[in-house]
Amino acid sequence: MNLHEYQSKELFAEYGIPVPKGYPARSAQEAEDAARKLGGDLWVVKAQVHAGGRGKAGGVKLSRSIEEVGQYAGEMLGRQLVTQQSGPEGLPVNVVYVEEGSDIARELYLSMLVDRELSQVSFIASAAGGMDIEQVAADTPEQIFTVAIDPDAGVQDSQLAELSAGLGLKDNQSEQFANLIVRLYKLFVECDASLIEVNPLIVTKSGDVIALDAKINIEENALFRQERLARLRDISQEDKHEREAAEHDLNYVSLDGDIACMVNGAGLAMATMDLIKLHGGEPANFLDVGGGATSERVAEAFKLILSNDKVAAILVNIFGGIVRCDLIAEGIIIAVRDVGVSVPVVVRLEGTNVIRGRQMLASSGLDIIGADDLTDAAQKVVAATA
Amino acid sequence: MILQMRRRKLSLQLRENVNRMSVLVDKETRVICQGITGNQGSFHTEQCIEYGTRVVAGVTPGRGGQEHLGVPVFNTMKEAVADTGAEVSMIYVPAPFAKSAIIEAAEAGLKLIVCITEGIPVLDMVLVKAALKGSESCLIGPNCPGIITPEECKIGIMPGFIHKKGKVGVVSRSGTLTYEAVYQTSQNGLGQSTCIGIGGDPVRGMDFIDCLALFQADPETEGVIMVGEIGGTDEEAAAEYIKSEFSKPVVAYIAGVTAPPGKRMGHAGAIIAGGKGSAEDKFKALDAAGATTVRSPAELGSTMMELLGN
Repeated sequence: MNLHEYQSKELFAEYGIPVPKGYPARSAQEAEDAARKLGGDLWVVKAQVHAGGRGKAGGVKLSRSIEEVGQYAGEMLGRQLVTQQSGPEGLPVNVVYVEEGSDIARELYLSMLVDRELSQVSFIASAAGGMDIEQVAADTPEQIFTVAIDPDAGVQDSQLAELSAGLGLKDNQSEQFANLIVRLYKLFVECDASLIEVNPLIVTKSGDVIALDAKINIEENALFRQERLARLRDISQEDKHEREAAEHDLNYVSLDGDIACMVNGAGLAMATMDLIKLHGGEPANFLDVGGGATSERVAEAFKLILSNDKVAAILVNIFGGIVRCDLIAEGIIIAVRDVGVSVPVVVRLEGTNVIRGRQMLASSGLDIIGADDLTDAAQKVVAATA
Repeated sequence: MILQMRRRKLSLQLRENVNRMSVLVDKETRVICQGITGNQGSFHTEQCIEYGTRVVAGVTPGRGGQEHLGVPVFNTMKEAVADTGAEVSMIYVPAPFAKSAIIEAAEAGLKLIVCITEGIPVLDMVLVKAALKGSESCLIGPNCPGIITPEECKIGIMPGFIHKKGKVGVVSRSGTLTYEAVYQTSQNGLGQSTCIGIGGDPVRGMDFIDCLALFQADPETEGVIMVGEIGGTDEEAAAEYIKSEFSKPVVAYIAGVTAPPGKRMGHAGAIIAGGKGSAEDKFKALDAAGATTVRSPAELGSTMMELLGN
């Protein structure tokens, strides 16, 4: 689950991590009020969307007067912001963040995530801040510094020194940085973060180390014990279909093709998409109905698939292990009948009670194309859209 | 390099620990189920017992002294192990309690812990991994179908009937894709020596290399089917191992060629992040290592058949 920048910064402030002062605003008027409250003569108006690349897309504006703050906020609010990461339709801007301007002397990069190989929380830091860090890692790997934290020992002084030196921080700045790292680690662990990114982390002209941007992702699996953070979820930033799927315990990701698939198991679901592609089609979605697929779930899955009007054919691929194929067949028949499926449906069933399941589909009187195996299924569904 | 050495050490240690077993489990293996009285635990333990697995005890705190599915239930793992001498645990407890369950099993001295539970917070797994460091326990999972030595011992949620005793080792990050590989090798008569589902989470117990090392040492295993997916670099590490240490034929498939970067594809671990973990990179690494890769999961069984010269 992603947090907005303003939510992330509130959390930073709670943990004593220095951020510029700012206020979220939901109208031009609120934005002007925020600027007045902040005082000074330089403000930044930032569109709050769950996508990076806001600056280049016009979602971050420097303002030198209160009127300008109101004007930029008015322009951003209620619009879709299209960035490199937002997808072609963009994301709605319902909130802007009005922040005091900062005097930047240096821009650094800092992030945290769980290193899968080491099974530890890791910090990644670079003096090349404000840039695309993956490009930096590819072009100049010597500019990237990484330390992994032993969960029993916590952050070690030697690790703080290593990162600090890597970023070229000295004396007082080094101390500020160390303080910030320790607090970030505490936040990461206590809030079950899966990612924290500060790009850029800045050194101001007066020598302060401040998080100028903040991005926090909270791990979905831990939301049961992060009730307060779970309430910060902004569903306006999420794909409508993916959201509906989650409500029915279905794993769904929309894609751009026209062949929908419904599969049990995440691995088999990915493999089914790949098979469609391998045989010349384009998958419309990833959909895992789970190991314990019931007829209700199958029906919900059909509704979800059909809410995407690009879909020209459906491939159902079920390996009935614990689930019996005759029960799945029953679910498919009910769903196709009740939901009113108007595109070709190819079904590949395998596993427990498969013969009974296939017979049920064949004698249902519905227009369901049976498939003998994986390859046959992929070929038939691609042919059905040709 | 250091990582490789650590891994090899782990594998050697594994072999010593479980030297009685062919690949980790067999018909002698005595199993405790943690969370036996819950819905999932109950359902799947019953299936395991039916398959022939020697489930000797269950553990549910507060339910000690009772009997469930014909086996005694204990409050703690220590009591259960002391009473039954079991060496393997399978865990079905809900995600919020899984961390404690795994650590309790390790502290009770079990050699092998199979955690089926899905949805464990990754930072809990970070703590579990730290707790297991230096311990003699091996962890399979979490979020996995489990392990099965066909016709001897089934520990997990896989459908027993699709398996057939035989010569192919199967190791996979995905449950249902494991079943595909199993089904195909049962149909064409090769059968399986042991199948291990290592699970779809980013932080997990045994990885591909640990399993490959066991299959290398197992005389019953003549070839290995390896099923990976997008996310992480475990397959790339396995490729290096296959190149330098593994002498049996490997058929490999990676799911997720069509997965868009940055999206979690069902499994928490299945995400292409920071340009790393794409299916193409993994295919490339495995090809270069001399594994036989297949672009269609429908060809896992037939390709292994050709490689084994049948």
